[in-house]
Amino acid sequence: MSLKIDRDNNRFRQIVRGKIRENLRRYVNHGEMIGRKGRDLVSIPLPQLDIPHFRYGQNGRGGVGQGEGEEGQPIARGDGEGEGTGQAGSDPGQHIVEVDVTLEELAEILGSELELPRIEPKGTDQIQQEKARYRSIRRVGPESLRHFKRTYVEAMKRQVIEGTYNHASPRVIPIKGDRRYRSWETTPEPQANAVIIYMMDVSGSMTDEQKSIVRTEAFWIDTWLRSQYDGLERRYIIHDAAAKEVDEQTFYHTRESGGTRISSAYKVCAKLLDESFSPDDWNIYLFQFSDGDNWGEDSSKAMDLLTKALVPRSNLFCYGQVESPYGSGEYIGSLEAAFGQTHEKVILSEIKDKDAIFESIKTFLGKGK
Amino acid sequence: MSTTHHFRSLTPEMVEIQQKMESHARDYGLDFFPTIFEVVDADQLHAVAAYGGFPTRYPHWRFGMEYEQLSKGYSYGLQKIYELVINNDPCYAYLLGSNEITDHKLVMAHVYGHCDFFKNNHWFSKTNRHMIDEMANHGNRVRRYMDRFGVEEVEDFIDTCLSIEDLIDIHSPFVKRTDDHSDYEFRGHTDDDAPDEPQKFQAKGYMDAFVNPPKALAEEAERQRHRLLEQGKSFPNEPAKDVMLFVLEYASLKPWQLDVLSIIRDEAYYFAPQAQTKIMNEGWATYWHSTIMTRHGISPSDLICYCDHCAGTLASSPTRLNPYKLGLELFRHIEERWNRGQFGQDWEDCDDMRAKHDWDMGAMQGREKIFEVRRIHNDLTFIDEFLTLDFCREHKLFSFGFNEQSGYYEIESRQFDQVKEQLLFNLTNVGRPFIYVRDGNYKNRGELFLEHRYNGVELKLEYAEDTLANLYKLWKRPTHIETVLDDHLTVLSFDGTEHTTSKSDELVTIGEE
Repeated sequence: MSLKIDRDNNRFRQIVRGKIRENLRRYVNHGEMIGRKGRDLVSIPLPQLDIPHFRYGQNGRGGVGQGEGEEGQPIARGDGEGEGTGQAGSDPGQHIVEVDVTLEELAEILGSELELPRIEPKGTDQIQQEKARYRSIRRVGPESLRHFKRTYVEAMKRQVIEGTYNHASPRVIPIKGDRRYRSWETTPEPQANAVIIYMMDVSGSMTDEQKSIVRTEAFWIDTWLRSQYDGLERRYIIHDAAAKEVDEQTFYHTRESGGTRISSAYKVCAKLLDESFSPDDWNIYLFQFSDGDNWGEDSSKAMDLLTKALVPRSNLFCYGQVESPYGSGEYIGSLEAAFGQTHEKVILSEIKDKDAIFESIKTFLGKGK
Repeated sequence: MSTTHHFRSLTPEMVEIQQKMESHARDYGLDFFPTIFEVVDADQLHAVAAYGGFPTRYPHWRFGMEYEQLSKGYSYGLQKIYELVINNDPCYAYLLGSNEITDHKLVMAHVYGHCDFFKNNHWFSKTNRHMIDEMANHGNRVRRYMDRFGVEEVEDFIDTCLSIEDLIDIHSPFVKRTDDHSDYEFRGHTDDDAPDEPQKFQAKGYMDAFVNPPKALAEEAERQRHRLLEQGKSFPNEPAKDVMLFVLEYASLKPWQLDVLSIIRDEAYYFAPQAQTKIMNEGWATYWHSTIMTRHGISPSDLICYCDHCAGTLASSPTRLNPYKLGLELFRHIEERWNRGQFGQDWEDCDDMRAKHDWDMGAMQGREKIFEVRRIHNDLTFIDEFLTLDFCREHKLFSFGFNEQSGYYEIESRQFDQVKEQLLFNLTNVGRPFIYVRDGNYKNRGELFLEHRYNGVELKLEYAEDTLANLYKLWKRPTHIETVLDDHLTVLSFDGTEHTTSKSDELVTIGEE
C-alpha cells in the first residue's frame, strides 16, 4: 500500500521539479517562500499543483466566522495575488497551503530538507553564558507559564481527596493551590558568535525581481545560521561605483544608477572587519550578491582584496550570482579563475530564478562551516 | 442482522472497547452497516487518506500531493488525522495505532455516528455501497489503459477530465431528467484504441481492409458524428447541468477516454453527498461521540485527554466556520427546541421575548426530531431550516468579506439575515458557480456553449480560461462560456489556439428585484 503512494508521490515531485509534464508546471505554486512573518511564526507554503475549475473569483471570497469583534474589524490578511511573480495569470494566489512554524522549527525543517550539516563553530571563543531551559514544574510562576494539564490533574486529585468530585457531573475547577507552572533551570553554555555581512550590487541592472530573490535567500541563510549560533549579527553593504554600510531596510530598497565597482564593497567590508569583528571572536560569513557585472579594470583589484583581506578572515565567502536581463554575468568567471570551483572557503552559486534558491542555499551551507 | 467482524488487527483491549461502543451506539438507536476497524500506522493512514479512503484507487499524482501535505503536516506537528471512515457496506474505519486508548474510544464512538449517517441520510441513499470494490475496479481499468497507451497520455487525460469533475448535477440521482443508461456504457465500446467506429461487417483479419475499407469507415464515422449537427438544431433541449454527462454522450472521444471520463464522473457522484453534508455529518458524529463518551465511555484517567482533544476538534476560528462545532451545536439546539416544544405556529407567532425565553411545553420530542433531521436534510436545507436568530447571537456568528483596499478580510455584519444569507451562499451548489451546457451545436458549427448563471459573483478569470481550454481538449471544437465581467454580459471563448473575450454592452445587475 505504501509502495503505491510512493509512486504517486514521486510523480508529483517530478512534476513540481519540472522533470515531467512540463505543461502542468505553470500551475505549480511555490509562493513566496517567506510567506507571512507574524511575531515568531513564519508560514511556509508547501508546493501545490492546481487543476483549473470554474470557480468564484475575488469578490466571492466571503464567508461566515465565529467569535468576538466589531463590524469592519479585520480578521485575517488576504494574500496579495500574484505580486512580483513576473508571469502573469498563472498564479493561483489564494490556494496556497500554508503551515505555520516557529523560526526554530523552520531552521530544523530547512536543515533536514537540504541535509545541511551542523556547523562546528571555530575560534577560541569560550564566553560562558547562562542559558534557560524549561525542565521542571513549580507551584508558583507567571500565568503565561501555567501548565494546564498538570494543573487539572492536581485539581482533580484534590477534588477526589476532598470527595467533591462528582462522576455524574465531572467538573474540575482548579483553585489557586492547584496551579502548576513550568519552570526553568539555568545551565552555563559556551556561546559562539557569528556575523553575516551581506554585500549587494544595487546598480541599475539589478531589478526588483533579482532583489526579491536575494531577499528570500538571505532570509533562509539568516534562519539557518541563527539556529547554529547563539549570537548572530547582520551587517549590510550596498555598492554601485562606491559602497557604504546601510541598514536592512535600505539594503533591499535602494536602487542606484551608477556603474559597478565591486572592490569598493570589499574595501568597506574589510574596514568593518578591522573595526568590529575580530576573527578570533567571531565566526564570519560573507555573502555577496550581484548580477555579475563589474567595471572591467576593477576585477583584479577586487580579487586582490578578496584574497588578502577577506577570505583569510572568514569562515565562508559565498558569492551568489543572480541572473539579470542586463548584467553580463562575467564576474563569477573571474572568481572561478582566481579560486577554482572547489575552494575550501569560497563558494560560488548561480541563482537563475526563485526555484533555484534552495539549491543555492544548499551549495552555500552544505559544507558545515 | 448478520454482522461479521474482522478483529484481526485490533488488540484484545480494543476489541473490548469496540464491542462496548457498538452496543452503546445501538442502544441509542443508531443504525449502521457492519463496521470494520483497521489499525494502521501514521504513514499508512496518510496514504489511505490521500486516496480518499480507498487504497486501491487509480494512480494519480494528486494523491501523492495530498500524501505529502498530510505527512509533512503531521511530522511538523501541525495536524493530525483522527478518524477516517468509508461510506461502504460494510463500513471501513481506520484507527491510528499510536493513539492513546482514550482516543480510540472517542474515534470509535465518532465513527458509529458517521456510519449511521451514511446509512440513513437520504442524500447518501443513491451512493454505491460497494464502492471499495468499484474503486478497485476503476484502479485496474486505469492501470490497464496506462500499460496500453502510456502513463503520460492517460494521466494527461485524467487531468483534463478533473477540470470538469465538479460540473455534475448533484440532484440528478433523485430526479429523472434523461433516459436511463448504465453507469459506464455510454456508447458501446471495447477498450481498443480504435476511434468510435461505425458498424463494421464481419470479416477475417486479413480480409478486413477489403471488406471494411478504412477510408469509408472514417467517412461513415464523420457522418455519424455530424448527424445530430446536420439537423441544424441546437441541443440539449434544456440547459444541462451535468456537463460531464453531456461530454460523455456527445464528444468524440476514444473508447478508453470515455471510460476514464465515466470513472471520474462516477467517483464525483460518489463523493458529492459528503461535500453536501459536511456540517451535518461531522455534527452528528460529534454529537454521538460526545453523548456516548460523557455518559458511558470515559474512565477518570481518560478525562483530561478527552477534554483536551474535544477542545481541539471544536475550536473555532474567525475565518473558518468549524463544521464539527456548528453541526454539533445546531443539533443540540434543535434537540433543545423540540424538547421544549419551541416549534409550530404558536411559537412562530409569538412576539414576546420573555415568553419565548421561558417557553417549555414539555414536548420532549428532541431526540426523535434530530433523527428525522439527519435522515432528510443536507447542509443547505439544514442551515436554511434551523439556523435561528437566537442561535446566531448565542454563537456570535458574523459574515466577513474581503476588503480590497486594506487587503484584509473584515467582519461585515452581525445581522442575522446577512449572516444566514452568506452562509447559505457558501453552501449553495457546494459553494461553486452554476454552470450549464446551453448548446452543443453553437452557431450550427458543433461548438460547445456553456452558461454561467451569474448571481453577483464573477468567475475567477484565468481559471475559467484554462478550464475552457481543457474542455476544448475533450470536445475538440471551440468552447465558449457566457458569464458576467464588470457587470457586462461577456462570452469567453477558446478556439484551440487563443482565448477571446467579447464583452457586450448589456449591463447585468443583481440585486433587489
